[in-house]
Amino acid sequence: MALPEYTSTGQRVWHYTYLSFCAFVMFFLVAPLIVVIPLSFTSGAFLSFTPEMLALDPEGFSIRWYKILLGDCSDAVVTTVCTDKWVTGFRNSFLVAIASTLLSVTLGTLAALGLSREHMPFRKVIMAGLISPMIVPLIITAAGMFLFYAKLNLVATFTGLIFAHTALGLPFVVITVTSTLVGFDHSLTRAAESLGSTPANNFFKIQLPLIAPGVISGSLFAFITSFDEIVVVLFLGGADQLTLPRQMWSGIRQEISPTILAAATILVILSVVLLTTVELLRRRSERLRGISPA
Amino acid sequence: MADIALSGGSTEQLVTSDGRPLKASLQRSLRQSKLKAAGLVAIPLLFLVVFFVIPVVDLLVNSVDDRKVNEYFPRVFAEFQLWDKKELPPESMYEAMFLDIKNAEGLAIGKGSTRMNYAQSGWKSLMKKSRRKFKKIESGPYKEAMIQSDKRWGQMKYWQSLGQMSDRYTAAYYWNAVDRKYDANKSVIMQPENRQVYVTFWKRTLLVSLLVTVFCVLLGYPAAYLLATLPLRYSNLLMICVLMPFWTSLLVRIVAWMIMLQQQGVVNESLVGLGIIADENRLAMMYNFTGTIIVMTQVLLPFMILPIYSVMKGISPVYMRAAQNLGATPTWAFIKVYMPQSLPGIGAGVILVFIVAIGYYITPELVGGKDGQLIGNQIAYHLKSSLNWGLASAMGVILLVAILFLYWVYDKIVGIDNMQMG
Repeated sequence: MALPEYTSTGQRVWHYTYLSFCAFVMFFLVAPLIVVIPLSFTSGAFLSFTPEMLALDPEGFSIRWYKILLGDCSDAVVTTVCTDKWVTGFRNSFLVAIASTLLSVTLGTLAALGLSREHMPFRKVIMAGLISPMIVPLIITAAGMFLFYAKLNLVATFTGLIFAHTALGLPFVVITVTSTLVGFDHSLTRAAESLGSTPANNFFKIQLPLIAPGVISGSLFAFITSFDEIVVVLFLGGADQLTLPRQMWSGIRQEISPTILAAATILVILSVVLLTTVELLRRRSERLRGISPA
Repeated sequence: MADIALSGGSTEQLVTSDGRPLKASLQRSLRQSKLKAAGLVAIPLLFLVVFFVIPVVDLLVNSVDDRKVNEYFPRVFAEFQLWDKKELPPESMYEAMFLDIKNAEGLAIGKGSTRMNYAQSGWKSLMKKSRRKFKKIESGPYKEAMIQSDKRWGQMKYWQSLGQMSDRYTAAYYWNAVDRKYDANKSVIMQPENRQVYVTFWKRTLLVSLLVTVFCVLLGYPAAYLLATLPLRYSNLLMICVLMPFWTSLLVRIVAWMIMLQQQGVVNESLVGLGIIADENRLAMMYNFTGTIIVMTQVLLPFMILPIYSVMKGISPVYMRAAQNLGATPTWAFIKVYMPQSLPGIGAGVILVFIVAIGYYITPELVGGKDGQLIGNQIAYHLKSSLNWGLASAMGVILLVAILFLYWVYDKIVGIDNMQMG
């Protein structure tokens, strides 16, 4: 933002104060994340920058915390516990996230298809119901599930956790898929029907390829929701349902070691990848449907 | 539908080729279409109702349910209706209590006395002791024998506290959640001074949410303005700064703030290094109220920036130019012309941030220390540690009602459908 020639000194001062304030806000937003990544490569055992690191001495850096994260204890220092819990956590998180994503994508796409039909009764109420898991605070959802799932014998089971995460991921799928369906040309399916296509064939051959970007980004949202979810896991999870966030949680509360930072770095990278994918898909979908990108 | 055969006269009914009236035929087709749509939605909706809606509604039931204790002590509560509550109960009520305790199962006594302990502390130990002592009492009169076994049986406050539980449904948990309780005549009084804890948590939750919202506006509004006015090339880059934390795990951000704000953290080290503060005066910014505010502000800032940004994107720069053309100074034009147009964005952001903030649990739990705990933490505490589920449910319901009300306001201002997901 170059200032015009005629601006007064006061305006200039004000303008640069404003810009530096904005720079501070942006810094405030990303600084914590930027700090995590280099610190995960520390060779020290604490969560602070060692003098060697600040001097950029190669001695100050190591990948020992990543090794510990992967369950390789050869480089472990005495002060920290080296367990295979991180690997277990990763595996459990992936399993739960994939299962609940598959479920919520199936259910969410069905719901979105119904909701975008021309003659959907009670559309507004049903839509509000379907996105309510996004609105109700997690602590209340978790409390309700904790007490009610106990009656269904679903506490401390993977099934219970997967169902809970499915409910949490559902709104994201419903929202993304309905918004892709907004631009859907229904004469395509009518044309197919008149040519003798069955409803199933209709869906898989015509609708799905066109709404695929929405379905995929919905599933990415659902995946990351489940993968990062901590509150419900704390309430519903038993000893076996050790997911990555739960392992991080106990890591933060009990022994803070740079292993957490290694895990955090991987999560940051994962979310950057997912975010980029979602953005690319959104652009592709808009291009396909002829809506010019904003 | 089938092709339509139009018949001539206006008095005659329109029919389709198979001879049905057009109106009926259309109605049938509409009904089928509705059924198809409903069929598609049915399974997802059923799933959500069973695994999400009922559990949440069940909280409401839990928060008022007092049936159990009535079932465990049937004779006592039957007698209670007849008692005048002015002086110690008659022999018949002592007998009822004796028989109920003697005949009950251990588990029922345990659960029942836990509930009674919420009404009057001391019940639990009294029950436990009496269960042991009553084995020696063979026959009546029971009043004397019971008071002899434990003098608490002769105290009015225990008997009177039963009044709180005499109905099948109770509002006692709600009163408890706001530091009030029933007295013997079921009028609402304050809890004793040393047991008034929850109002503090409600007030703190409101205060923290308000402060976080205010900080988010102060930081978010200028940033959103910059994003909306910069050329696309630069603003896209800055948008990444806003979206990055939005999409990073909450726990990762909390760990990151721990590194930044702890005693030996980046901020303190830098301040000491620059000589701004002395080594022994390092700021305490973590595990307290300040820590909660700082971390929650950063976590919720994108929720403020995004709605304001999307409103500002729609404000044409022409208005500002026109105002300045007509003689307004840039500042004046901004205040009088630009700000009012950006208000809906601020409104949406404020409500959104506030709603998310009052339900927070993880952040205060990890970085709040003692004076940064919010009502969410109390819900978790009563669910997992003290096992007072009725109280936890009541707190949850109060919080939920507040949030639903705010969403209703949000819907009036922006419309839920316009909710942005970044």
